[in-house]
Amino acid sequence: MKTVSRLLMFLAAISIGLLFLFPMWKILVQAPQYPEGLQMHIWINKISGNTDYTLQNFNILNHYIGMEKIEPDSFKELTYMPYIVVFFIISGVLIALLNLKRLVLPWVALLMVAGGAGLLDFYMWLHKFGTNLDPNAPIKIPGMTYIPPFLGGKDLLNFHAVSLPGAGSIGIALAVILGLGVYFLERNREPQRIKTLA
Amino acid sequence: METVFNKVRKSAPKAALLMAVAAGAMLQGCSSTESSEAAALVSGVAGDAASKVYVAPGQHDELYTFMSGGFSGQVAVYGVPSGRLLKVVPVFSQNPENGYGYNEETKAMLNTSFGFVPWDDLHHPKLSRAAGMTDGRWLFVNANNTPRVARLDLKTFETAEILEIPNSAGNHCSPYPTNDNEYVLAGTRFSVPINVEGDGKYEDVNFDEYKEKFRGSISFIKVDKEHGDMDLDFQILVPGFDYDLANGGKGPSSDWVFFTTYNTEQANTLKEIGASQNDKDYLAAINWKLAVKYAKEGKAKEMPAYYYHNKLDEKSHIAKSEIKKTVRILRPEDCPGLMYLIPVPKSPHGIDVDPTGEYMVVSGKLASVIPVHSFSKMLKTIEKKDFIGNVGGIPILRYESVLQGEVKEPGLGPLHTEFDDKGNAYSSMFVSSEIVKWTLKDLQVKDRIPVYYSVGHLVIPGGDTKKPYGKYLIAMNKITKDRYLPTGPELAQSAQLIDISGEKMKLLLDFPTIGEPHYAQAIEAKKIAPNSVKMYSLEENSHPYAAKNEKEARVERKGNEVHVYMTAIRSHLTPDNIEGINVGDEVYFHVTNLEQDWDVPHGFAIMGNNNAELLVMPGATQTLKWVPQRAGIIPMYCTDFCSALHQEMQGYIKVSPKGSKVPLAFSTGAKKPKA
Ligand SMILES: [Cu+2]
Repeated sequence: MKTVSRLLMFLAAISIGLLFLFPMWKILVQAPQYPEGLQMHIWINKISGNTDYTLQNFNILNHYIGMEKIEPDSFKELTYMPYIVVFFIISGVLIALLNLKRLVLPWVALLMVAGGAGLLDFYMWLHKFGTNLDPNAPIKIPGMTYIPPFLGGKDLLNFHAVSLPGAGSIGIALAVILGLGVYFLERNREPQRIKTLA
Repeated sequence: METVFNKVRKSAPKAALLMAVAAGAMLQGCSSTESSEAAALVSGVAGDAASKVYVAPGQHDELYTFMSGGFSGQVAVYGVPSGRLLKVVPVFSQNPENGYGYNEETKAMLNTSFGFVPWDDLHHPKLSRAAGMTDGRWLFVNANNTPRVARLDLKTFETAEILEIPNSAGNHCSPYPTNDNEYVLAGTRFSVPINVEGDGKYEDVNFDEYKEKFRGSISFIKVDKEHGDMDLDFQILVPGFDYDLANGGKGPSSDWVFFTTYNTEQANTLKEIGASQNDKDYLAAINWKLAVKYAKEGKAKEMPAYYYHNKLDEKSHIAKSEIKKTVRILRPEDCPGLMYLIPVPKSPHGIDVDPTGEYMVVSGKLASVIPVHSFSKMLKTIEKKDFIGNVGGIPILRYESVLQGEVKEPGLGPLHTEFDDKGNAYSSMFVSSEIVKWTLKDLQVKDRIPVYYSVGHLVIPGGDTKKPYGKYLIAMNKITKDRYLPTGPELAQSAQLIDISGEKMKLLLDFPTIGEPHYAQAIEAKKIAPNSVKMYSLEENSHPYAAKNEKEARVERKGNEVHVYMTAIRSHLTPDNIEGINVGDEVYFHVTNLEQDWDVPHGFAIMGNNNAELLVMPGATQTLKWVPQRAGIIPMYCTDFCSALHQEMQGYIKVSPKGSKVPLAFSTGAKKPKA
């Protein structure tokens, strides 16, 4: 690989690190009683909010409709996901350092699969929380489920919920784009070199 | 996305206002005959008054105004220009609304050397200062009746501290904070026998010994720079007059504080005549910096005293009383240059120093002129020793030498003066019920406006600081006949908002107040709002009886004392079924509000309790004492409408007859919390 490609590959690997600096997903809810809104932040290794108490307040609101309590400790994903991310960073850096050109595309593909799996997991998680309701909940509306939007906005009773990727997710997107860029850059360069050799 | 949403939301009411005003103007145009009567009634009201005081729903007021509640013992916070009541803060009075002075944590705030005094007469709020300007950190207020000074914390709008003032009676000329809040000064209204030789508590004197035995005192309360905690550093023993009001210098006169006096005749009976004989009383000028220096040098002698100091702990929210047994006293006769007396016309009331610090305006309720003294002339008079006598060694300065001039025919019964940012002074006229605007430059009256009625103090936001916010003036009136619908023999007292931004004063708004709006201080909202506390941190709650989660909720018995460690969260109490309580037990409900959200207090009340309720702020713990009087099932519930299921936030206590052996038991739902 050319120096530029190796540098880009290095950047691709490092940019995944954004996942440790920013949430990968944000769910915002607004209601008449919460004009300032509540924001839940889903990180690679934790669930938090825009304040220290957001999660508690989400749970207080959710208990009326019988939603299960959101407790970060109960998500095993949060314990192993950081390792996966670290794996991608290290392997990406190694590909750049050791000039392992043929591993670029597999690395990107694997990252896309992992990202896709993450999204699928997130979707299933939302579905589980929105539908797994306590039959003794104080507020029961026939036929109503409370699955938060996967992407975009949605009205749930008095709440308007908005779900958007956080800055952490940009890291993955960046890694994929840069990785693919490196792959195409190198692929376009190859025939020329063969020509000159010939 | 959020911000765009908010922008649209915020600008919508403005558009609505414009339309409402336009519609109002059209309606008036259509029915001019019908509105003429109404127009006559509101004569003197600025034509655009409504739009000037209109704060649209969802919008905030420009200023916070802290008004004394007078005999309600509370402070009321109003928004200006809307005149909307924002909050009532109990200070010297028990307040069943939130349990202040009733619950176990705050009872100690009202302890005094006279015992538990659950009421007072709150007259003067004063905002803390930094460099001669209000800084929005604390509000100091006085208790007139049982001498006390309280400090309110403006992060929480709660009373943080109450200090009793010994050797004082009628703590009226109080509190005055110095320009950098180093000290808060408090003077006595009544002179009393000050027993500095005995035990500080009792001296056997007769009324006819007034002149020999009765003295006044001026207290120097030191204020901690960082936390605001007060500490009575020392007192000055002053002549046995009545002391009325206090105000301090600024700029060149920063080191000085001035007190008006009356009853310099030292009459002890029928004072309305006895204290109105002398043609001149005095303005007492005290060099407070020098006093502090003398006290530091050891000139202040330690004397016996007996007074209470009550403080609320920031983390546990528990007030503790400390009894203090000594006070240091400074005598002016031992301290040259400490104090001077300046003659002023008969029975002066207000003393107000202009923003430059050069002019001392002394209004007298029985005087026909308003004398304006000059600070620089005062210094020269002192330098030249131009004295006309002395009182107990305190020099009396020559009136004419200190006088800058007199405001002639200002009106009847001038009481108080405040200043704007353009060199104008505004004096309240109690008897003629008006406010008179005059200039410091030539002491000429420029404008006058009637007020409704019997105005006492008036306030211009920052009007007693170096730089007044000269847009509004608020008049505080005692009588409101014809201003409001009748409400029986007693009518509301009221405040009036007047626009002083132009040449002529314009009446904008009347609004009724709680108790007596004696004095007020106002400050720009932006100096306070950003520091407002939204909740207390549950994690930092250091209340010894706090239950920080439902697992910690429990009931414990110690002899006939029962302690209930209870939690409250939307929408249940834990535990909500309690048994094993007997008639006559002393039951303490320590309720912790587990919420960590803004504006979600939970209340707590028990049927038949001979007490008040609790109103527990998010993250805080408060204790309600209950001694059940009869056996039976007693309900308890949350009083603050906290959620859709607030009504369901309730429980039962089973009370058994005295001597029953029913074991203690408690639960919430099927899963019982760990015992
Ligand atoms: Cu409640």
